Amino acid sequence: MDSERKNSRRELLKAGAALAGGITLGTGGKAQAQHDHPMTPGSENASPMIHGSKEQIEYGQRSKYVTSVRVQHPIGGRPSPDVFGKVFHVATPLQDSVGVITPSSLHYIATTRGSFLPDIDPKQHTLTIHGLVDRPLTLTMDELKRFPSVTRLHFIECAGNRHNGKQKNVQDTHGMTSCSEWTGVLLSTLLKECGLKGSAKWFVAEGAEEVKGASSIPIEKAMDDCIIAYGMNGEPLRPQQGFPVRIMVPGFEGIYHTKFLRRIKIVDRFYMNYNEFGHLRPEDKELALGEQIGPKSVITYPSGTQQLPGPGFYEISGLAWSGGGAIRTVEISTDGGKKWNRAEFKNTPQRMAHVRFAYQWKWDGTETQIMSRCTDEIGQRQPTREQIANWWKVPFERDYRVPGLDNSVMPWKIARDGSVTNGLA
Amino acid sequence: MGSLNLLRVVTIPLLLGSLLGSTAFAQSPTYGVGRTPTAEQIRRMDISIGPTGEELPPGRGTAKEGAQVYVQKACIGCHGAAGIGGLAPILQSKQGADVPVWKKERILPLRAPHATIVWDFINRGMPVGLEGTLTPDEVYSLTAYLLFLNKVIPEDLVLDKQSLPKVRMPIGDEFGKPHHFKLNAPRLEGYPY
Repeated sequence: MDSERKNSRRELLKAGAALAGGITLGTGGKAQAQHDHPMTPGSENASPMIHGSKEQIEYGQRSKYVTSVRVQHPIGGRPSPDVFGKVFHVATPLQDSVGVITPSSLHYIATTRGSFLPDIDPKQHTLTIHGLVDRPLTLTMDELKRFPSVTRLHFIECAGNRHNGKQKNVQDTHGMTSCSEWTGVLLSTLLKECGLKGSAKWFVAEGAEEVKGASSIPIEKAMDDCIIAYGMNGEPLRPQQGFPVRIMVPGFEGIYHTKFLRRIKIVDRFYMNYNEFGHLRPEDKELALGEQIGPKSVITYPSGTQQLPGPGFYEISGLAWSGGGAIRTVEISTDGGKKWNRAEFKNTPQRMAHVRFAYQWKWDGTETQIMSRCTDEIGQRQPTREQIANWWKVPFERDYRVPGLDNSVMPWKIARDGSVTNGLA
Repeated sequence: MGSLNLLRVVTIPLLLGSLLGSTAFAQSPTYGVGRTPTAEQIRRMDISIGPTGEELPPGRGTAKEGAQVYVQKACIGCHGAAGIGGLAPILQSKQGADVPVWKKERILPLRAPHATIVWDFINRGMPVGLEGTLTPDEVYSLTAYLLFLNKVIPEDLVLDKQSLPKVRMPIGDEFGKPHHFKLNAPRLEGYPY
């Protein structure tokens, strides 16, 4: 029986090889054949054919003509990987993005310090919740998956996602934000399972990477919408995104979204971890603007280093997001900020998720600046850099640094030759 | 339907609990998945050191001992002699004593509001590539050495579970406090953006 099967398989392989050879011959003789016996017009193959490989069949790859990749952030910063193979910061190529999902392989990466990524066997990994709970809980990854799950779209943005006049394209200015569909268990589900004590005020989420990065997060957030996520865009998390499990803290800056999550400790006060030391500021006000992402948007097409072929119709397109909730409106200016026009949404805005917006525009070929601004569902408005300086009552200068996270308006300049450059330059 | 099922799951143990005269059942979890770690298992994994230092392990160390550990454990290779001149972040301020802490370099054993953070970070994150190999005595010693280098503590101060949380850091109370987070509220009251 077995040998029969083997034999027939061998026959099949032989036939396949012959067939492949035949195709090669056929292609070689094509010109000749066309001359003698014209083929039915339109039936010829316009492109070379991709010969399937095991890799392509098992886990698909994109076309070789699609070459968009992540690059180190900031430009000129620490390379990833560095000479030791450590990973630091790399940004998503937003200039080539369509829709709202960032492909998992292009999701931005940041590490607390240059770090090797732990190669975790999910069968060995556990998550423990302890501290101010009635019943501490240790879960294997299989056990975690037995709890009721949620699937939600959420962005993550790094605090280092700041724009200035020196950057060239939207990957440099805004590439440290990405959006994925995350699947996991609400942290509130697990905390109810543990029985949260009345004295619980904060929790510390800790990862299993070398530095064992830990962040303190308010317990109100835990009970609202934090997700203990094991799934990303329809498959398990990628190692670069914290395989086998990370915490999603929707709308909070990236560093709170602890990867390789191994421990959650419920505490009664703010625990200043090393991560929080990085957040340390002299003023309460600036600190408050450094936790939750403000309303923010950027035009991804046309954007820096892109080229418009000439005057005519263009659909201006971009992304908007906010840590305060869903995006309510996006407006576009095509005249340097004098007149603002309502943009349309390409998908339904969701809480703490990218939304794709667009605006139909006829470019008349004159030099101009285009920019977007948004408001979120709790009424926060995306400001210009000048508005922020005015609010802080400091003189506005070209190299003004926005306090806290930078959610200011990003202008792109379009020259008469159709070239697009950084409007802050 | 889901909530009805949930109700059943919860009420039956509740009834049983009262029949047996026990309150343990009243706190039964909804799903009953997972295991309860022992106190010892939790103690071994809990490396979060809060500002009061209650999680600190027994042990002790001084700056003099720390200076030796600093060389023995090759801290010197990355951070330089006495915390200056290496490729890794500097660990001793080059600024004069009269310069306010916020004008000085961002150095953990100088700017941290609590000395416990210094201990915590060395313990969980150092030395690079050999994290988790230092003994509590070594971590106490290194913490003392770095605090001494930055003129935060005298050279002969013994740091341990009791004395470490009491170290007065130069920043005092001059740092932004985490605000009270409110759901669905603007980041900063009165800030329209």
